[in-house]
Amino acid sequence: MAKLIKDRRVAADTWQLLERGPEDDSAAALPGGDLIVPLSLWIARRGDFGARKGEIGVWLDAHEGPEAIANEVGRFAVIALRFPKFGDGRAYSTARLLRERYGYRGELRAVGDVLHDHLYFMEQCGFDAFALREDQDTQEALSVFSTFSDGYQTSVLRPAPLFRRRLAAGKP
Amino acid sequence: MYLYDEIDQKLVDERVIQFRDQTRRYLAGKLSEDEFRALRLRNGLYVQRYAPMLRIAIPYGLLSTRQLRKLAEISRKFDRGYGHFSTRQNLQLNWPKLARVPDILAELATVQMHAIQTSGNSFRNITTDHFAGVARDEIVDSFVWCEVIRQWSTFNPEFSYLPRKFKFAMNGARADRAAVAVHDIGLHAVRDAKGEVGFKVLVGGGLGRTPTIGFVIREFLPWPHLLTYAEAILRVYNRYGRRDNIHKARIKILVKERGPEKFREEVEAEWAHLKDGPSTLVREEIERIESRFSRPSYANLPATDTRLEAALASDRAFSSWNARNVTPHKRPGYAAVTLSLKKTGVAPGDITAEQMDAVADLADRYSFGELRVSHEQNLILADVQQADLPALWQAARALGFATPNVGLLTNLICCPGGDFCSLANAKSIPVAEAIQQRFDDLDYLHDIGEIDLNISGCMNACGHHHVGHIGILGVDKNGEEWYQIQIGGNQGEIRPGTAASLGKVIGPSFARAEVPDVIERLIECYLGKRDSDAERFIDVVRRVGVEPFKESVYGKADQRSARRRGHLAAA
Repeated sequence: MAKLIKDRRVAADTWQLLERGPEDDSAAALPGGDLIVPLSLWIARRGDFGARKGEIGVWLDAHEGPEAIANEVGRFAVIALRFPKFGDGRAYSTARLLRERYGYRGELRAVGDVLHDHLYFMEQCGFDAFALREDQDTQEALSVFSTFSDGYQTSVLRPAPLFRRRLAAGKP
Repeated sequence: MYLYDEIDQKLVDERVIQFRDQTRRYLAGKLSEDEFRALRLRNGLYVQRYAPMLRIAIPYGLLSTRQLRKLAEISRKFDRGYGHFSTRQNLQLNWPKLARVPDILAELATVQMHAIQTSGNSFRNITTDHFAGVARDEIVDSFVWCEVIRQWSTFNPEFSYLPRKFKFAMNGARADRAAVAVHDIGLHAVRDAKGEVGFKVLVGGGLGRTPTIGFVIREFLPWPHLLTYAEAILRVYNRYGRRDNIHKARIKILVKERGPEKFREEVEAEWAHLKDGPSTLVREEIERIESRFSRPSYANLPATDTRLEAALASDRAFSSWNARNVTPHKRPGYAAVTLSLKKTGVAPGDITAEQMDAVADLADRYSFGELRVSHEQNLILADVQQADLPALWQAARALGFATPNVGLLTNLICCPGGDFCSLANAKSIPVAEAIQQRFDDLDYLHDIGEIDLNISGCMNACGHHHVGHIGILGVDKNGEEWYQIQIGGNQGEIRPGTAASLGKVIGPSFARAEVPDVIERLIECYLGKRDSDAERFIDVVRRVGVEPFKESVYGKADQRSARRRGHLAAA
């Protein structure tokens, strides 16, 4: 079973992620168990999932904005955002929007070209689960979450910017 | 000088540890070239034509002498004893060893310096007016606002991987000395009727392959909203900027493809969510940042100094330096001095370690231990007592920094070009030198008057050739170096009424040896056409157009095709 970092711990991944395929909008039978489906499949068959056993999640590609699921984030136990290449930074914005604007509280998982050196900032943007690329050392990657002890800006983990926290603490 | 607090320092120290680990994993084969490339670039490390190049951040161009001495020490210890000031007010080292870069960053951190986000698809070092805080036409001290932006843009998690690099400029005076119209975001400080500070916000300007003048997305943004508005712009760019083609990935292309009005609507819609949120600035924070800047303790001095007056009257060389390289100061009895790094025979912006130490001594002695780097690649001592000007001039002259050419033709802006840079199509430094040699007569230079001549070795435009009154661009034709000449560019509204503009190419390009002749013909044409010596080169180009200049270089239109045929045959 693939390894996952979840809440800063190595965890087993119990979910199956369905790749996007031509049958997305067909009425084909869905596999059993906990399933992360592509956005297109979700949109085509969102009515079919209620009766199904197993939990449901959805994954968005980098070009797919969170607006598409804005009103139904509560229906997902997992939302996965795909990094087609580590240098494609769109999902950082998507993650913040899901957490801060659309109120998503479930697991937010980074999938795709997910590498050691980017986990820190991903977590700041609201990701709490990371399906690292196969060649990555999951154990070694656990150390990156303490790379920086603070940050100037607002983030999902630090909703108040440093200057407000300084003021609140009464520090000059 | 902004002085770090504990948290500022800790973040920079933690960055060194992070990059040391990344370099170690790369050298151990655990990171691919591609993966390490993205990480090293955001720490300023390029792999260049002959060696790595490290770009060290000098936030908004402000340096203390302690920092300059550290740069001198680093350039001796880790490089070949010299550095290069760039047009983005940074310092570049051309020969560091990759494995030693973490050590260099650790050294920099000891003097509150770093190389964070000086390259890569990230939010770059913000630039500003090199006379910030001392200019007579000041609206705000732009250093304070630059520091606000520096903090907000440093390690901003959401904007870790923008589609492309992102350059921000801020101008706090009436004259625009920061070229705000040719940056991804340009801010121009303004005051409303009640005297409250706000910013005129320009977006989508830039040079490079697609030179563009920025459009005004907002005429007046009240200062508390600075960060939330910037966040809205950056978020729209991060989400929708093109990522399929590196040459179409800058924000200017998004603005063009959407249309400025549509782009503005998108930004405003995003901002509606962020406005008045936690990133909204508060007065206490601006005051806190202001209070962390060291300030000169000025003496109360008369507006004029009799010894200075006497020296000006008796020494022509001194008075011509004073006229070109000394700028009036907002405090009576003080002046800002530009040390010219544009001596003929030295690559523009280059400085040796010994010179860095010597400049640090001068700044300690005459200017409260601080200095600035200008985007024109000179150094500024911003707080000099007028009475000290003669002595400072003598000292600067001995060091070769007193060439009285600020604003004149030989004060040219020039990128490192093909001598160093792997992107360059052509060399630029030898062209600069040939022009400086051709125009070595100071009287003639002064007669020509104010003119910006900018040279880039390729279309990436690090030498800002599009906004030179005369711009020179190195191009590659079948493996040979050629130079395209353009005129009529202008970096910004330094004088009222002369808005920023992009130059127009005058015609087919030239071999390197021909360039000084061409410049000479353009200058002669200008001298023949000007109304008086108050009318500058750029003013004449705007008044009479490009055609007379073309004729002076290529001959009349009917002769041109013959010349062109000859030219192409030669090529």
